[in-house]
Amino acid sequence: MSDHSMDDIKSHVKVYMLVFASLAVLTVVTVAASYMDLSSGEAIFLALIIATIKGSLVASYFMHLISEKALITWILMITFVFFFILMFIPTIAFFDWVNIS
Amino acid sequence: MEIPYTVEERPDTGLINSKLGIWLFLASEVMLFGGLFSAYVFLRLGAPDGAFHEWGQELNVPLATLNTLILISSSVTMVMSWASLKMNDFKKFKMYMGITLLCSVGFLVIKYIEYTSKFHHGIFPSTNTFMAIYFTLTGLHGLHIIGGMIVNGFLMGPGSKMWKTEPEHFTNRIEIAGLYWHFVDLVWIFLFPVLYLL
Amino acid sequence: MDNNHHHQEESFWRKYIFSVDHKIIGLQYGVTSLLFLLFGFCLMMVMRWQLAYPEEAVPIVGKLLGDGGILLPEIYNSLGAMHGTIMIFLGIVPLAVGAFGNYFVPLQIGAPDMAFPKLNMASYWSYFIGGVIMIASFFSPEGAARSGWTSYPPLADIETGQTMWLIGMVFLITSSLLGSINIITTVVQLRAPGLTWMRLPFFVWSQFITAFLLVMAFPPLEAAAVLQLMDRVVGTSFFLPSGLVVSGEVLNVSGGGSPLLWQHLFWFLAHPEVYVLILPGMGIVAEVLANNSRKPLWGYKSLVYSITFLGFMSFIVWAHHMFITGMGSTMSSFFQTTTMIISIPSIIILSAFFITLWGGSIRFNTPMLFALAFLPMFGIGGLTGLPLGFAAADIHLHDTYYVIAHFHYVVAPGTIFAMFAGIYYWYPKMTGRKMSDLLGKLHFWPSLIFMNGVFMPMFIQGLAGVSRRLWDGGLQYAHASGTLQWNEFMSISAWLLGLAQIPFIINIFYSMKNGEKVDRNPWGSTTLEWVAPSPPLPHVNFDSIPEVHRDPYEYSIPGRKRDFTPQTEPKKG
Repeated sequence: MSDHSMDDIKSHVKVYMLVFASLAVLTVVTVAASYMDLSSGEAIFLALIIATIKGSLVASYFMHLISEKALITWILMITFVFFFILMFIPTIAFFDWVNIS
Repeated sequence: MEIPYTVEERPDTGLINSKLGIWLFLASEVMLFGGLFSAYVFLRLGAPDGAFHEWGQELNVPLATLNTLILISSSVTMVMSWASLKMNDFKKFKMYMGITLLCSVGFLVIKYIEYTSKFHHGIFPSTNTFMAIYFTLTGLHGLHIIGGMIVNGFLMGPGSKMWKTEPEHFTNRIEIAGLYWHFVDLVWIFLFPVLYLL
Repeated sequence: MDNNHHHQEESFWRKYIFSVDHKIIGLQYGVTSLLFLLFGFCLMMVMRWQLAYPEEAVPIVGKLLGDGGILLPEIYNSLGAMHGTIMIFLGIVPLAVGAFGNYFVPLQIGAPDMAFPKLNMASYWSYFIGGVIMIASFFSPEGAARSGWTSYPPLADIETGQTMWLIGMVFLITSSLLGSINIITTVVQLRAPGLTWMRLPFFVWSQFITAFLLVMAFPPLEAAAVLQLMDRVVGTSFFLPSGLVVSGEVLNVSGGGSPLLWQHLFWFLAHPEVYVLILPGMGIVAEVLANNSRKPLWGYKSLVYSITFLGFMSFIVWAHHMFITGMGSTMSSFFQTTTMIISIPSIIILSAFFITLWGGSIRFNTPMLFALAFLPMFGIGGLTGLPLGFAAADIHLHDTYYVIAHFHYVVAPGTIFAMFAGIYYWYPKMTGRKMSDLLGKLHFWPSLIFMNGVFMPMFIQGLAGVSRRLWDGGLQYAHASGTLQWNEFMSISAWLLGLAQIPFIINIFYSMKNGEKVDRNPWGSTTLEWVAPSPPLPHVNFDSIPEVHRDPYEYSIPGRKRDFTPQTEPKKG
């Protein structure tokens, strides 16, 4: 990306450090949360929320998705549609099964 | 023969070829791990109530937390090595890349300790479906780490000669390798809670 | 390496074996995949002997089989599984995407090469290794895979020969992934100046969508293959339920897995895969039809939208392969609905092709004959698929010869005829000579007749309920007895179909030396590949980068001097 000036990069570096700190804190939070007395549904929800936040931070700042071209965003959005199809349709099908016995 | 847009961006898409290529590759990786995560969900639903949680208690959470921190650090140093090149600081690039590689070695060593202690306790992939998916997911993730180390090692060693002749092309290569490396980190961010904490 | 002379001084190995030129790689893909198609066809011809004359010694190749030349059930199963695998993963996909995609996508978009030439080479060699592993599995002590091309567990988890199949598949999947990433990047990044999305030839669109399907759908199968490999090699139970009884004994595994998991992951790939098989064929047919009816392709934009929609929908229909696995009515209604919806864009495409012919001045040359035959053959294949999309009808028809007939109509006289059309159509571009029209017609007419001779009676057998996997063709079953006389008819048709390919093989070699010499644009075509020399220049393709000013199919526009206007011709004023 040739459109970055030196100062841009320097301000980027600050952001990277901030992201790094938040990732470390969130890691500790998610581990701490797992020792709390939560129902399994709550625990799964919380852990996935934290993981999603961490994942978005990495994708947005380290992978520069936040300033990436529209085409890349489109490809990823399509991918996530298919990803969720792959995750959820087998799951829904799992619960919708004829009990022959 | 010159392939257009290897270094300059194509005006209407704003992208270089390798940027688009790596993102497509990462999209396919999302689907690869998607298949495995889907298998995890399917097996978890099929297992007796609470069994997955119980089987998961065998895993070593402190070591895995340490590994998470190591991998996050390596991601930061990776992006820093790219930023150093952007600021024309080749020495700092080498330093950060070196730390990235060290972190990946550390990650693998800890993984090795985890695996062998499981084997010592008689826990194998064939023990139950949780251990099966645990070893498969982390094993495949480990292979991705090794793949990334080979690329990073090349770019730090023999591949870095390119900096002298085509600095912009080389910086792009670091960015592409970085994208892959961050993705490997990202997968681990999801693997860690799903396998160790739930 | 001395860059100045590197074009002239490329060694033989660099130029023809480890080439990075998309044209050479395309030819490598083409030759290899045609050989695999022939090999897969031979496997089927051996199987057809057993079906026509059960438990009689197989002539010619019988000695290889041992046991007095009789085809044993386990070998029959191997041949069946490998026929499917080879035809799909080693034959048609590499031919359609690897060969045609590699050779003609860069040419049709006016690019000097693919975006990643070295990746392209890696893709071919990964495919080659996968193919070698598949062939080698025949000679391994365990024999080749026996669990069908679908490899359903638990059978695939415990039957011999499957391990090599899985390893081979990992290579083939990797190859397809590399190839399709390359094609997408090439189409997005390397289009010639002026070649906007809506000016792309339909063939490029079809390859583009196909590549997307491969990128998104293949990885879950790779995941599934890894899981099955784990099951077989380290003893996990991803696909093995608890308490599984094999030959009267409970299997000693930890259990807890689910065979349905495999089916979900497998069909998540394999349904889009069906469209991977057909879309490039449609693309080729579109080119040939427009060119030889001398008319613009009818409804270009609706074709593009249809094919895009088709690609998307193909990801949410997969469980119509699983209606009889005990799926509940909610899910089966969902999948029935999506299956019916996906037939709409297919019908739009087929109708647009037919309307393209309307009022055209059709040239009946060999590529056009194959393209014309594609239309009704694909129509039969597609329409007979509708009953399979309804759960109620599928319960009767599932796993019968009806299914075999249905998808073979789509793929064999459908896609393979389209591939033949493509070979006859683009041969002058690849070699600078036309293929012989007489030999071409000797190839076409018997192929058309015998194709139908092979597959039409399968509908009859399937409707009677004959299962597709029977070693003796249904000899032991009362319900099959009324349709058994067709077995011999179909087998003879199959062998004659084999003979009908001889003129084609002769034609390929004969025309290389003796075909009619042609200039750059022998068919009077509009798209960019015909601007390049025949064969196109090594590594750069074009004399200079072409500039595009027009839509792809400007044929017979009233008031013009010629009945075609190349895309490169500037607009006046």
